[in-house]
Amino acid sequence: MLVASLLVASFVIFAALYLAPGNPLAALSGGRSLPPASIAVLEQRYHLNEPFLAQYWYWLDNALHGNLGISITLRENVSTLIASRIWTTAGLVLYAALIILVLGIGIGLVSGLRPGVLDTGTLVTTAVSAAIPAFVAAIVLILLFAVKLGWFPALGNGTDLLSNIRHFTLPAVALATASLAIVARVTRASVREEGDREHVQTAVSRGIPPRNVIQRHILRNAAIPITTITGITIASLIAVAAVVEVAFSLNGLGAYLVQSAQSKDLAVVQGISLVLVTAFVLVNLLVDVMYAVLDPRVALGSRAQ
Amino acid sequence: MNEPAAVGTLWSAGATSSAPLLEVDGLTVLLDVSGAKRAVLRDVSLTVSPGEAVGLVGESGSGKSMTARAIDRLLPRGAEVQGSILFDGGDVGALSGADLRRYRNQVAMIFQDPRAHTNPVRRIGDFMTEALCTNLGVPAAEARRRAVDMLTQVGIEDGARRLRQYPHQMSGGMLQRIMIAAALLTKPRLLLADEPTTALDVTTQAEVMAILDGLRRNFGLAMLFITHDLELAAAICDRTVVMYAGQIVEVRASALLHGDPLHPYTAALAAARPDIAQTADRLRAIPGRPLSAFEAPPAECAFATRCAHATDICRSAVPDLVDLDGGTSRCVRARELRGRLQEAPDA
Amino acid sequence: MSAAVPVTVRSTTRGSRAVGMLRATGPAGIASAIVIAVATFVALFGPLLAPYPPDLPNLSLAWVGPTGGHLLGFDFQGRDVLSRLLAGAQTAMLGPLAVVIVSVTAGTLIAVTAAWRRGATDAVISSGLDILFAFPGILFAVLAAAVFGAGLAAASIALSIAYMPYVARVLRGAALKERSQPYVAALEVQGASATSICLRHLVPNIAPLIVAQATILFGYAMVDLAAISFLGLGVQPPNPNWGVMISENQSGILQGYPLPALAAGVCIVTVVIAVNVLGERLFDQAQAGRI
Repeated sequence: MLVASLLVASFVIFAALYLAPGNPLAALSGGRSLPPASIAVLEQRYHLNEPFLAQYWYWLDNALHGNLGISITLRENVSTLIASRIWTTAGLVLYAALIILVLGIGIGLVSGLRPGVLDTGTLVTTAVSAAIPAFVAAIVLILLFAVKLGWFPALGNGTDLLSNIRHFTLPAVALATASLAIVARVTRASVREEGDREHVQTAVSRGIPPRNVIQRHILRNAAIPITTITGITIASLIAVAAVVEVAFSLNGLGAYLVQSAQSKDLAVVQGISLVLVTAFVLVNLLVDVMYAVLDPRVALGSRAQ
Repeated sequence: MNEPAAVGTLWSAGATSSAPLLEVDGLTVLLDVSGAKRAVLRDVSLTVSPGEAVGLVGESGSGKSMTARAIDRLLPRGAEVQGSILFDGGDVGALSGADLRRYRNQVAMIFQDPRAHTNPVRRIGDFMTEALCTNLGVPAAEARRRAVDMLTQVGIEDGARRLRQYPHQMSGGMLQRIMIAAALLTKPRLLLADEPTTALDVTTQAEVMAILDGLRRNFGLAMLFITHDLELAAAICDRTVVMYAGQIVEVRASALLHGDPLHPYTAALAAARPDIAQTADRLRAIPGRPLSAFEAPPAECAFATRCAHATDICRSAVPDLVDLDGGTSRCVRARELRGRLQEAPDA
Repeated sequence: MSAAVPVTVRSTTRGSRAVGMLRATGPAGIASAIVIAVATFVALFGPLLAPYPPDLPNLSLAWVGPTGGHLLGFDFQGRDVLSRLLAGAQTAMLGPLAVVIVSVTAGTLIAVTAAWRRGATDAVISSGLDILFAFPGILFAVLAAAVFGAGLAAASIALSIAYMPYVARVLRGAALKERSQPYVAALEVQGASATSICLRHLVPNIAPLIVAQATILFGYAMVDLAAISFLGLGVQPPNPNWGVMISENQSGILQGYPLPALAAGVCIVTVVIAVNVLGERLFDQAQAGRI
């Protein structure tokens, strides 16, 4: 499944070259006119005179060995260009994931286990937050915390670890906002649902103390849907990170992807897409594995959702 | 916490003393249904003596399950309870915390759908030993040994292997046996069995019933056996209590119930069950449908609208329970209808 | 042979059922529906409603705050913000609508086919859907923009393709359940064709779920399309579009003129909240109707 997904995805990414209007050469050069020497180089490198599937094979083979081609605009190896930016994106996604895990699940748990005023407040807040796209959250955060309060810088990467954390805080929060709300809601709903289940009643009727009931029966069972939704949400961060990077002028893969798309630097677009899709598929695989670990009824690879 | 002090006397076969183990008196339960309080039990009183098996029979909505849950303090949030429940002389309603948990080890409950009532992500071993380990402080290895022992008592031989399995790897019948075994591990004095065989197929039913009956006698357990099947209750219970619309309508020795019922509802129930030995031209169904407690009209006999023997007296007030010949009946005309309830008047 | 008995029949026309469904979503659901209706109205008639021309730049008025008849002030090019918001509703709402229509239609078709045929066909389709999940919507849209050039059309098509597996997955489950209902077998025995059973019975019975799913999807599509326009790969300036307005006016936030960008953000969030609330309630209803 994993391999099949990646193969198909890589094929689509590769085939994009051919879907572009005009011939592949025009697409690769981004519509610029090139001297014959450059054209010859391109033809050789991309094996443009060979059958389609052979070209795909060459491209894939190269990609697996770390050679993702050359950027037309910057005339550097795509792999180098990616490597210099990947940590920005990875750091951003991890930071946001941390926020989602701690705050999202935390709020959901508190809200689910204690009905009352806090719970209703949480429901309303999460309903609103879930509807705030990352870029809207970005501008609000910039306005409030960078411009008005001056607590965090508005734009750009930091220089060392500490300043990076400062620079990445607002972007991570913006990225996490909507997802956090969704995770909190699902956590709350799962905890509630599990609490109402009959096997919890059985445990109570056997005199099991409440703390054990909550830990071993409610939370343990609710962990299944919670892990699934958290995993899926974090996977989606990989794509949305691009928007946040652009909003905060961060020098990450996503922002670079958008730039390249605008300048039609196809090799870069393909390279970054491949990296992002691979990351996405890997995270989903991790979710599948966790699901199988948590639920003994399920065999690997058959996630119901 | 150590085991209850009275283990020695309780777990000897056939111990019966005159003081009742469980005394329910005037139990009325109101549930919160979309903002309004609705009665599900009205003035229910019954007793169970040590080692006695009492059947609790009724159709859906009669309140039989609710009675069991009230006894085990498992009512939904917001339920209002009136009346008293006494266990071994102590007020059950006043228990809380560690005392409540100790009570729950002395009163065990088994449920109708074993699959819904077992945690699907935990092993059977955990399920069975949980109460022993957390409440009674029994070390894990010892608890497992006892679990395997109890499994053999319910007819499961390879207990050690079963302990490592998960519920989804077992059939419904086996799960129900495991649930019974698990319930008995804490050496309870009273077993509340809420329709334990309804969800099983007939052959498994018979097996499980036999196991229940055997264990009860072996361990001298008192049992409150809830079912909708009059004959099933009669098979293993000494006394049967019949409920309708949240009230008790008859209490009678099981052996006499079928042949000499004291209440028209019991007679109708018994008659409605098709007899495999006879051919009948029509099935004798009771007209109308069973009422829940909150649907029953407040100032008349709840069964009046469906009763073939109803008269104006029946519709004037809610009848009281009347003692009659060793049994009890909530029928105003019980005495005059004595012996005549078996004939079904033409509908 | 039997005497005629008067029977009351409840009206079951499509219209009354729809109204019934809506009423059952409660006050929150109805409020959301009203918000969506207003937004749709503005989307349809926006340019006509705008008090000032949304496309007329006047740099001398750049960033000026609310004055006179200009309730929301001017944007970075001196255009009336309110007018641009009203005009921008069109692309902001119609793009997602197109995405939803295409992906839900395709998804329903695939789901019903997989559910109907079951067996090998279903296995193949399911595996196919699983594989297609590898592409997040935004990524696919960016790829499309790189290949075909930026624009609403490319982005919308890309999103439709990316969403379709998700819709198909959800609907396949419901279609499978419906397929195994006794009435379907009864119809088959009577000789009804597969197409007619699907069109006349199966699909209408899962319709509440389809509508709920479509509503929720509209929210996602709106957010994704606005994001793509924000990135400059969707609707192109100077076309008014809420996502574009945010990116255009973002510099204003740093300079102390937050209103234009914020106003556009508020519009997006309001509609998405309404869509989410309504969608969730419709979904709960659809599920409850099954039990």
